[in-house]
Amino acid sequence: MSAARRDDGRGWLGVYVLAYLVFLYLPVLLIPLFSFNNSIQAAFPLQGFTLEWYATLYGNPALSGALLNSLVIGVVAAAGATLCGITVSYMDLYGRSPLAATISAISRLPILIPGVIVGISLLILVNLIGLGPSRIAIVLGHILVALPTTVVIMRSRFAAIPKTIREAALDLGASDWTTFRRVMLPLSLPAIVSAFMLAFLISFDEFIVVFFLAGTEPTLPLYIWSQLRFPRSLPTVMALGTAILAVSVIIAGIAEILRHRGLSTARRTAPTSPA
Amino acid sequence: MSTVVASEAPAGSARGFRFAMLLPGGLVTFFLILFALGLVLFLALRGNDGSLLGAGFTAGNFITVVSDPLYWTVTLRSLVIAGLVTLATVVTAYPVAYYLAFHAGRRRSLLLFLVTLPFWTSYLLRVFAWKIVLAYNGVLNSALIESGIWSEPTLAFLNTPAAVVVTLAHAYAPFAILPIYVALDTIPKSLLEAASDLGARPFTAFRRVVLPNSMPGVLAAALVVFVPTVGDYVTPAMVGGPASTMIGTLIQSQFGKANDWPFGAALSVCVMLVILCVVLVARGADRKFGSRK
Repeated sequence: MSAARRDDGRGWLGVYVLAYLVFLYLPVLLIPLFSFNNSIQAAFPLQGFTLEWYATLYGNPALSGALLNSLVIGVVAAAGATLCGITVSYMDLYGRSPLAATISAISRLPILIPGVIVGISLLILVNLIGLGPSRIAIVLGHILVALPTTVVIMRSRFAAIPKTIREAALDLGASDWTTFRRVMLPLSLPAIVSAFMLAFLISFDEFIVVFFLAGTEPTLPLYIWSQLRFPRSLPTVMALGTAILAVSVIIAGIAEILRHRGLSTARRTAPTSPA
Repeated sequence: MSTVVASEAPAGSARGFRFAMLLPGGLVTFFLILFALGLVLFLALRGNDGSLLGAGFTAGNFITVVSDPLYWTVTLRSLVIAGLVTLATVVTAYPVAYYLAFHAGRRRSLLLFLVTLPFWTSYLLRVFAWKIVLAYNGVLNSALIESGIWSEPTLAFLNTPAAVVVTLAHAYAPFAILPIYVALDTIPKSLLEAASDLGARPFTAFRRVVLPNSMPGVLAAALVVFVPTVGDYVTPAMVGGPASTMIGTLIQSQFGKANDWPFGAALSVCVMLVILCVVLVARGADRKFGSRK
């Protein structure tokens, strides 16, 4: 009887989870839906099918400039955040120094700072050092925003590598550098790629911080923000948004697969590790 | 013996290794985080004379924040809205995390991926999606009229604090599910069996065993939702209307239109103080639940 009651509860819970997923996805899926709709107005009933809005995306210099800007900033910021994530978490786990532990703790602090404050603190900083709002300023901001994510990913990866592997390398005479470069880095490669991709996505989508740090050349979210004011350009924004959604989903999917593969190889190599 | 070789031969290179490995993280954390936050605190104590770092030390900015009812109202409103968003997000996310931890079975990785996926799609676009749902000529109104439930479009959806709460609860949902799921997943199944063997009914077992053990995850989720929400200025601007101005909006305008950076910095310091209080309360609650184990 109690088993039956439990099953009953599980059934309702399943329905709830399904409804929750609908709530999660329905608003987002409206964007692709209306991007093919032959009307300026985003409302039902749908008018007709059109690819017109996608056609307007081509040959738009402001858009391609913003896209290129976002790509360059995303790659550089993701590289910076991943480098910091690797070194900070590696030293936190194996460095055995209070300084490394402090750096690691502070590096996860940006989670507790609202984006608007990250934005203005960096705005004051880059003005103080004479840089001003610029692409470099945006890169710095995005490194900060992505840092907690890369540190957490790399930390769990390094922690999953059996300690004996590193000790064996050191015992066999490898220097810290060699151990790090030839043993630890290759073993954590899937996590590194995953951290890089997620950091890239964070930078690519980030708006709240970039708003304060952008000079004359906007990133893609800033371009979208500027277009949202004009009702006539909303369908184009939806076409653009659909393209961004598709690419983001693909990158997030690949990052997820890599993260899983990394974790499962860690588990598989664990018992037979020294070989 | 081999360890002696490792530690003795390249002593200089070991120091070089430590230096190189600590450098990037050290620069970022001390310069970009600690020093930059220190600058905000410094600026908050300066008078505004239009220069970058202001002039003269003064408590005037903070006195204005405390004495002018405008800033009080907006700060309180931000706290209430962020609190409601946090409550709504955590309460609706909990059953999903529960299902993932106890009932999802082989579908678990797929479901986990599905609930985290929206996080990787643009925040700006998700807010924009809610704007087209709630607008006067929007999806909800047109759907209600098409289906005959409503005869006239209503202005009641967009530009309300409720619109801000729904939009933010949607935007931060994945943040809430993950920490709660992680906490629930670490509860040994044997604890539940023991509770049931000892005669606890499922709801009692949930209330006395599962819920207290998942509180660290709930608190982590609450923080992760509350912090970005309390300083948000995009969602209030897009779906909130003038009645939903939040403190993030005020900070943003001090660094933009109003051009009073010291005052904006003082508002930011106040936000950080509020967050610090919330973190300390959460810490205390966490310790209380930790001691019950």
